[in-house]
Amino acid sequence: MRGVPARRPAAAAVVAEAAVHARGVAVGWHGRAVVEGIDLVVPPGTSLALVGTNGSGKSTLLRTLVGLQPSLAGTLRVLGARPGAAPARVGYVGQFHPRGFVLPLRAADVVAMGRFARRGLLGRPARGDGALVRRALSRMDAAHLADAPLRELSGGQQQRVYVAQALAAEADLLVLDEPASGLDPSAREVLQGALDDERARGAAVVTATHDIRDALAADQALLLAGRVVAAGPPARALTRDAVMETFGLVLTDLLPGVPIAVDPGHAHGAHDPEHR
Amino acid sequence: MDVLVTPFLDSAFMQRALLAGGLVAIASAVVGTFVVLRGLAFIGDALAHGVLPGVAGALILGAPTLLGAGIGAAAMIAGVTLVTRRSRLSGDTAIGILFAGMLALGVVVVSRSDSFTGDLTRILFGDVLGLSWGDVRGQALATAAVVVAAALCARPFLLLSVDPDAATVAGFPAARYHALMLALIAVTVVVSFRAVGTLLVFGMIVAPPATAALFARRIGVMMAAAAALGAASVWVGLVLSYRHDLAAGGSIVLVQVAVFFAALAAAAVRRPAVGRLR
Repeated sequence: MRGVPARRPAAAAVVAEAAVHARGVAVGWHGRAVVEGIDLVVPPGTSLALVGTNGSGKSTLLRTLVGLQPSLAGTLRVLGARPGAAPARVGYVGQFHPRGFVLPLRAADVVAMGRFARRGLLGRPARGDGALVRRALSRMDAAHLADAPLRELSGGQQQRVYVAQALAAEADLLVLDEPASGLDPSAREVLQGALDDERARGAAVVTATHDIRDALAADQALLLAGRVVAAGPPARALTRDAVMETFGLVLTDLLPGVPIAVDPGHAHGAHDPEHR
Repeated sequence: MDVLVTPFLDSAFMQRALLAGGLVAIASAVVGTFVVLRGLAFIGDALAHGVLPGVAGALILGAPTLLGAGIGAAAMIAGVTLVTRRSRLSGDTAIGILFAGMLALGVVVVSRSDSFTGDLTRILFGDVLGLSWGDVRGQALATAAVVVAAALCARPFLLLSVDPDAATVAGFPAARYHALMLALIAVTVVVSFRAVGTLLVFGMIVAPPATAALFARRIGVMMAAAAALGAASVWVGLVLSYRHDLAAGGSIVLVQVAVFFAALAAAAVRRPAVGRLR
């Protein structure tokens, strides 16, 4: 039961069908652990933000959740089965889209690929798929890009298209690696709204971020720095010490005015002394 | 127009050459589109040369050359997979080493043959004017197999072209479909080498899809345009070869490469800066 948000009394009932249920999980590369001892329960309709710097293990954990690499220890259940067992129920946006610029694809074609997992190898496209694709694009405020060649889009526009692809999957679990990267402030708000809608629909949303503001908006936060620094509801997990350990001193100076310590009752600015 | 038609009216060998070349162009357009989109040109090239020692060995042993070519291609794929898995070397390095080794092995094996240069030329540059109807039938079967397999795997291949991880997460294991894609390239190379040769089959695989990629906005369009361009180049190349007594396989590929550079120039005129619309 570790990691279950305290404000969810029905936790025991939720665990059975949790989108993600991890106990003592270790993730890493080539058999070498990057992060160990991860305990998580992400119920449907809630969000989890993984917070950490580059190399902290965020992406590795996300890749493990979607079955791209095996977990090295512990038990990990995703949508009630081993990771990767239910591709039609998972939407994933990885961190890099290096080849986007040479592909002769329109934005709508890329979004339509989000339906492939449901359709399988040879299943015929369903009648509603086209509408789903258009709606996913408009939810990312990218409807006007539908017919544009992918390679003529800017990085931020491409990012919106890839997130739209994950939205089109109508997934029960969305796994997004820094979905806000390359997005301008208004596009970030659009993204946040779309992810809120997904949660309201009942999907679990797991994102990696190095922006504490994203973590504050999530139901749970998991702070990583080569180990689990803190876990739980943001108000409890994002203590000044935890954030310091996760990011070090430098980043707090880079983001003046961002509340890095959210203690029950009040939030502090970055330069406030601690009152605990 | 007569110039383009008359060479084919009277001579059956020219008709067979045109037909087989057109079939090579279609199969090459299908696999070549993915070769270009996925940046597999180097391994495709290595496959084209990896078949050399197999073909040479088969010639000397009196075995079917198709079998030798198949074994050569399989050895190349297995070797590249092994080296990249067992070492931290990049795929490019592994391919380069095997490429050099297989080519050298081919030359050494051929040197054991009595007619060294004749065999080597035939393997490298093909004999598109010396094909039998049986060869054409074999080419048709292989082309049909490649087209059907690519159509069945359209979704995983498309995902693979965008992002191998996305393919895996969507339930289409990237490693499996990558291997399948390599196998399709190998089949195209192995079956086509008799017509255009191991050296030139690769030009057929890369040049028309690359030309189409300059203009196409959809993958299906790119593939169809590549097939049309490839087939047209076969036609024009054969005519040039017939009129001016040039090597047929070489003429075909030269036409394709010339078309690519013409298209590149046209694209540069149309879109001066290779920039993106922001």
